[in-house]
Amino acid sequence: VIVQNYNSILTLSHLYRSSDALLVHENDAVHKICAKLTNIKQISFSDINQVLAHQLGSVFQPTYSAEGSFHYRRNPLGDLMENLVPHPEFKMLGVRNIPQMSENSLAYSTFTWAGLLKHLRQMLISNAKMEEGIDWQIRPPLPGLPSLSKMSLNKELHFNTSIANLLILRGKDVHSADLEGFKDPALYTSWLEPVNAFNVWRTQRAFSKYEKSAALVSNSQFLVKPLDMIVGKAWNMFASKAYVHQYTKFGIEEEDFLDSFALLEQVVASYCTL
Amino acid sequence: MVTVRRSALAQPCDGKLFPEPGEVLSYGSDLRQRRDLRSPRPLGELRSCARGIQRRRGFLSALSGQRCSMTQSVIVQVGQCGNQIGCCFWDLALREHAAVNQAVLIDMEEGVVNEILQGPLRDVFDSKQLITDISGSGNNWAVGHKVFGSRYQEEILEKLRKSAEHCDCLQCFFVIHSMGGGTGSGLGTYLLKVLEDEFPEVYRFVTSVYPSGEDDVITSPYNSILAMKELNEHADCVLPIDNQSLFDIISKIDLVVNSGKLGTTIKPKSLVTSSAGTFKKWQEKPFDAMNNIVANLLLSLTSSARFEGSLNMDLNEISMNLVPFPQLHYLVSSLTPLYTLADVNVPPRRLDQMFSDAFSKDHQLIRADPKHSLYLACALMVRGNVQISDLRRNIERLKPSLQFVSWNQEGWKTSLCSVPPVGHSHSLLALANNTCVKPTFVELRERFLRLYKKKAHLHHYLQIEGMEESCFTEAESSLSALIREYNQLDATKSMPVEDLPRLSVAV
Repeated sequence: VIVQNYNSILTLSHLYRSSDALLVHENDAVHKICAKLTNIKQISFSDINQVLAHQLGSVFQPTYSAEGSFHYRRNPLGDLMENLVPHPEFKMLGVRNIPQMSENSLAYSTFTWAGLLKHLRQMLISNAKMEEGIDWQIRPPLPGLPSLSKMSLNKELHFNTSIANLLILRGKDVHSADLEGFKDPALYTSWLEPVNAFNVWRTQRAFSKYEKSAALVSNSQFLVKPLDMIVGKAWNMFASKAYVHQYTKFGIEEEDFLDSFALLEQVVASYCTL
Repeated sequence: MVTVRRSALAQPCDGKLFPEPGEVLSYGSDLRQRRDLRSPRPLGELRSCARGIQRRRGFLSALSGQRCSMTQSVIVQVGQCGNQIGCCFWDLALREHAAVNQAVLIDMEEGVVNEILQGPLRDVFDSKQLITDISGSGNNWAVGHKVFGSRYQEEILEKLRKSAEHCDCLQCFFVIHSMGGGTGSGLGTYLLKVLEDEFPEVYRFVTSVYPSGEDDVITSPYNSILAMKELNEHADCVLPIDNQSLFDIISKIDLVVNSGKLGTTIKPKSLVTSSAGTFKKWQEKPFDAMNNIVANLLLSLTSSARFEGSLNMDLNEISMNLVPFPQLHYLVSSLTPLYTLADVNVPPRRLDQMFSDAFSKDHQLIRADPKHSLYLACALMVRGNVQISDLRRNIERLKPSLQFVSWNQEGWKTSLCSVPPVGHSHSLLALANNTCVKPTFVELRERFLRLYKKKAHLHHYLQIEGMEESCFTEAESSLSALIREYNQLDATKSMPVEDLPRLSVAV
């Protein structure tokens, strides 16, 4: 769709004003997951949608409500909000899953929580969408640095700072998983302590075909670059007034466009300075 | 209106024609403010009028069962050319599936329309939806536009309203006509104004056949330029076509068919020019093959609205994505493949060849070379067993050889319809908003000026009430303005792409 950038900025800006949180998926990332991991030559929409469904399922399938209890969580959406959206300025949430592989490969693999969580953590801080091709060079900056230089250092290192993270573990021996890696304050902003920024949900019930699987829902800088690109492209098009008449025909004025641009530039700037 | 006899219906190729028990019919598109939202119909009720295009949207199924959303078009065929093409279209449409759209046939000469009424397609058209006169327009745009326009306006409006009433969700009007004659050109463009006034929210797609260099109508430059002004102002989208290009395509096909290469046989039904398998058993007239190409174009255009697919495209999306500025709504079209070799397994290489061909100047339905001009936007409508990854791969492959305007470097609109045309496993229709249309317009203006300077044949026009010399000068300046727009865009072709400064916000 040629006018996808216009539609995106108009949609996102309106949603940002009216919703509590936005769970954002990127088609390109899902497409890559399909290609690399599930080995399909001709990827169809139904393949892509399956991956998306898996991601949503891994988050919203029931989990236990408190440590050791055997009651299921009653209000997952509310809990999700509480855990992940401490400030209304920051509402962008993303999901990462591990493992993601085809039926054939599954038969030959075994997983440990330690291995899974190590990969997932690195996926978070390097902003990778899948296991393959993770950049292990990216490290959290050393603690004790003044916040301003920490910010620019993060940018240089392409380090993905999180505001909050929710880890969802499903499968065998789920209580034995070591979560210390996610409680590291270096992963987070200075204004939220890891004890508040990090939460975990668990259930022993396995999900889909994976004996052990983990999903990470994060409120982090993951969307800054893609969003910036979309805003940039939409801006270039808007500056040439291309397609604008198609929208004004139905009552969306140039003012509305500008409002949307302003809001999203603000969001990008806010996330950038974490 | 037209009654569709159950026995006359062929099996649809794919997609459902009538709702299943348990389905709730709902009316999509909130654009039709003039239309009242009627309550859902009882299920399984076969309406006595022709049912139009039907499409299923499955994503609401979780909530309230499957919902059907139907969008329809009304075809308006004007003039000899328009009616002949229109008939090919209906022929092929019936070959594809049994849905019949609404049509209004208009010609000021009885000949062509009468033939239709006596031919095998007589059941398709209700004689009440025809408007004819005896004398014809004498190749005079003024007669078609001013005389017949005002004389038949009420009658035409009535027929149009009737057709529109039978549509649940009327999305667009297709007007098919030629530019060079009198009725198609004059009356056809008069109708555009009428449609705009009466149905302001329904899109107006016009398929216009432009006169070639070798034209049998001396006054065709006058007719064309007067029609152009109307197209500029009152059409949403124009698909220009010229006879010479169609002829060249046919010659190419003939060459392959007659060359009798060893081991290659062409499936007769797959020829884009063929009417094999249709009801038409008339003697093949010279224009038949050419008209079939245009008919195939229209079929492909509407296929996404008629059949299922993973990435459907409504006709209003064409206008939305391909028309960045209201005046620049001329789309160059190309259809591939032109024929299918009788291979059972189509390797991916063939599929990629289909995409490459769509951009070659030999496949365009008008004399134009899009590869060496500037793209404003491009739509690829794919039919058949093609997946999104094939689309992506080919776009990536072809992009480097094409030039897109700076603010639309990724100006691709794509659609996937799962049902291919008869005789093919897949096909592609490419619509390009490209500055390569400019030469056609420049040539048109030149031919007009040559005639106009000598005031040749002008009196035939001026003697019609309502026509003055200013009509001509206004038409010429409208065309010149259009050409200037294209020139301005072309000037940006080799400029480097710069990112403009963004809004800065306080943090």
